[in-house]
Amino acid sequence: MGNIVLDQVEKSFGNVKVIHPLDLEINDGEFVVFVGPSGCGKSTLLRLIAGLEDMTGGAIRIDGDDATNVPPAKRGLAMVFQSYALYPHMSVRKNIAFPLRMAKMEKAEQDRRVEQAASVLNLTDYLDRRPAALSGGQRQRVAIGRAIVREPSAFLFDEPLSNLDAALRVGMRLEISEMHKRLTTTMIYVTHDQVEAMTMADKIVVLQAGRIEQVGSPLELYKAPRNRFVAGFIGSPKMNFMEGEEAAKHNAHAIGIRPEHITTSDKEGIWKGTIGVSEHLGSDTFFHVHIEGRADPMTVRAGGEVDMHHGDTIYMTPDAERIHKFDAEGLRIE
Amino acid sequence: MARATTTRKKIAWTALAWAVGLLIFFPIYWTILTSFKTEAQAINDPPLFFFFDWTLENYSVVQERSDYMQFLWNSVIIAGGSTLLGVIVAVPAAWSMAFVPSNRTKDILLWMLSTKMLPAVGVLYPISLIFVHFGLLDTRIGLVMVLMLINLPIIVWMLYTYFREIPGEILEAARMDGAGLKEEILYVLTPMAVPGIASTILLNFILAWNEAFWTLNLTAASAAPLTAFIASYSSPEGLFYAKLSAASTMAIAPILILGWFSQKQLVRGLTFGAVK
Repeated sequence: MGNIVLDQVEKSFGNVKVIHPLDLEINDGEFVVFVGPSGCGKSTLLRLIAGLEDMTGGAIRIDGDDATNVPPAKRGLAMVFQSYALYPHMSVRKNIAFPLRMAKMEKAEQDRRVEQAASVLNLTDYLDRRPAALSGGQRQRVAIGRAIVREPSAFLFDEPLSNLDAALRVGMRLEISEMHKRLTTTMIYVTHDQVEAMTMADKIVVLQAGRIEQVGSPLELYKAPRNRFVAGFIGSPKMNFMEGEEAAKHNAHAIGIRPEHITTSDKEGIWKGTIGVSEHLGSDTFFHVHIEGRADPMTVRAGGEVDMHHGDTIYMTPDAERIHKFDAEGLRIE
Repeated sequence: MARATTTRKKIAWTALAWAVGLLIFFPIYWTILTSFKTEAQAINDPPLFFFFDWTLENYSVVQERSDYMQFLWNSVIIAGGSTLLGVIVAVPAAWSMAFVPSNRTKDILLWMLSTKMLPAVGVLYPISLIFVHFGLLDTRIGLVMVLMLINLPIIVWMLYTYFREIPGEILEAARMDGAGLKEEILYVLTPMAVPGIASTILLNFILAWNEAFWTLNLTAASAAPLTAFIASYSSPEGLFYAKLSAASTMAIAPILILGWFSQKQLVRGLTFGAVK
C-alpha cells in the first residue's frame, strides 16, 4: 500500500513561508511528479513527506495512519537523492543491503534480495566495488537498488537524473518508468524538467512559489491549463501568448497558442512575420518568427523538411479550437 | 628575467624555512646530544657539539634510580584514556552542532573555546579541593578526567570541522534507510569521519602526553606520568644536565616516534579547514 494524504501541510523557514497550506492526495500505485521552477518548494514538499523536514502546520497520513510526527526511519518510504548519497565507505553490496541490515533482516534473505536487485539493475559485476569506482549512471542504479530492496510503500525521487548526461538521462527515465510498471508501487518524483514530468507521470503537480497551481494528468495539463503559469510551463517549446487587440477578438485579456497548433504557409494566413532563428531537428522545424508590433518572437512548428529560411516571410494560422483564453488574473476562460 | 627572480625568491624562502625549522628543532637536538655526555662535558664551555666521549652512563643511572616503565605506563593510560573518553563525549556533541545547528551553536563553540583562554592556574585551587574531597589525588582516573575536560573543547572543535565536510544528504539517506540516531552515528558518520577522528585522537594524545601543569600538581608517585619523571631530575643545584637530558629524551622518545610515523595525519589535522 502507498496512499499518502497531505492535509493543510505548510512549512516556513524562519519568517519565510516556503509551502503555503496545501492539500494533496496521492493514490496507491500512482506515479506522481512534482514539477516547477527552482525555488518553488517541490523538494521541500518531498522532504516533508519523507520526514526529513518538520512541518510548520498540517498533517500527513500514510495509508490512513497519521505520520506527522513519525521519524523518517519509521515511515516505510525509500528515497533516491539527487547526489545519490551512497555510503562511500561501503561496497555496493553493503550499500544496497544497508536498509535490510537496519531492519535486522536475516543474512540469507538480505543476500538473496541484494542479488536479485543487482541482477535487475545490471550491477552484479560491481557488487564488491566502492561507489567511488562507479560511473554516474551506475551510482544512480545503486541508489535505486538501495531503495527497492526493502520493498517500501512508496518511492521518493529528488531530481534523480539531473546529475546524468543527456543520453543517460533518457535511458534512466525509461528504466524508472518500467520499474514503476513492474512494481506498481507509489512513486513521487521531483523534477524541474517538464519533459520528465510529461513522459513519466500519471499525475503531475505543478508548483510555483510554494503553492499548487494545478494537479492533473499530463494531457489534462496540456489541453486545459488552469492558468497562464501552467500553460507556459507545460509543453515544449513554450506556448505563445498574445495580449491586446488579438486577445480582445476572443473576448479575453490574453490568448495562448502552442507552436504545434499553428499552421504555416509561405502564401497566406492570419498573421504575417519574418523568420528569425530556425531550429532544424530533422523531425520538426521550429521557427522563431518576428511579427511587427510584437516584442517577443513567436515560436511555430513546421514539418521537418520545409524549405524556408532566415529572413523569409511566413504566414501563420492558429487552430481556432486550440486557442487558450485567459482573463486579467491569468485564469483560464472556458 | 622574471623566472630568475622567482627562483631566487624560492631559494630564499626555502632557506628561511630550513633556518626556522632548525631553530625550533635545536633544543630537542641539544637535549638528545647532552644525554650522551658526561656531566662535566654537559656544562663545558665552549659547548661540545660532536667530539666528546659518547656514553650511555646517564641512561643506566636514570634507569637505576627510577622505574621508567611505571611512568611510561601512567603516561599511556592518562593520555590514551583522556583522549578516548574525550572522543566518545565529543562525537555526539560535534554531530549535533554540525548537522542540527541552532542559532546559538556558534556561541556555544566559541564559549567552549574561551575556556582554553583561562590560565589553568586560575582553577588550580578549586580542582585541587575537588580532588582532595573525592580522593582523586594521585590517581590515574582523576587525571584522565581532568585532561579529558581540558582538551574537550579542542576535540569538539576538530570533530565539528570534519563533520561539516560530510554531506548531510548521506546521513539523511541513512535515516530514510531505517537507521536510528545511534546507527546513523555508528555505521555511517563515524566510519566516514575516520581520517578526521584519527587526526583528532593523535593530536590530543600528544597534547595530553605533554601536559605538565595538572600532571605535576595533582600527582605524587603512583599516578605520576613521564612529565613528573623529567621534573624529578631537575634539581635546584642544576649540575645534573646530562641525567636530566637522558630522562627528557626517554620521556619524549615515544611521542616523537609516534609523531614521526603519523606526520601526514597530523599536518592534515592541524591545517584542516585552513587550506581546502
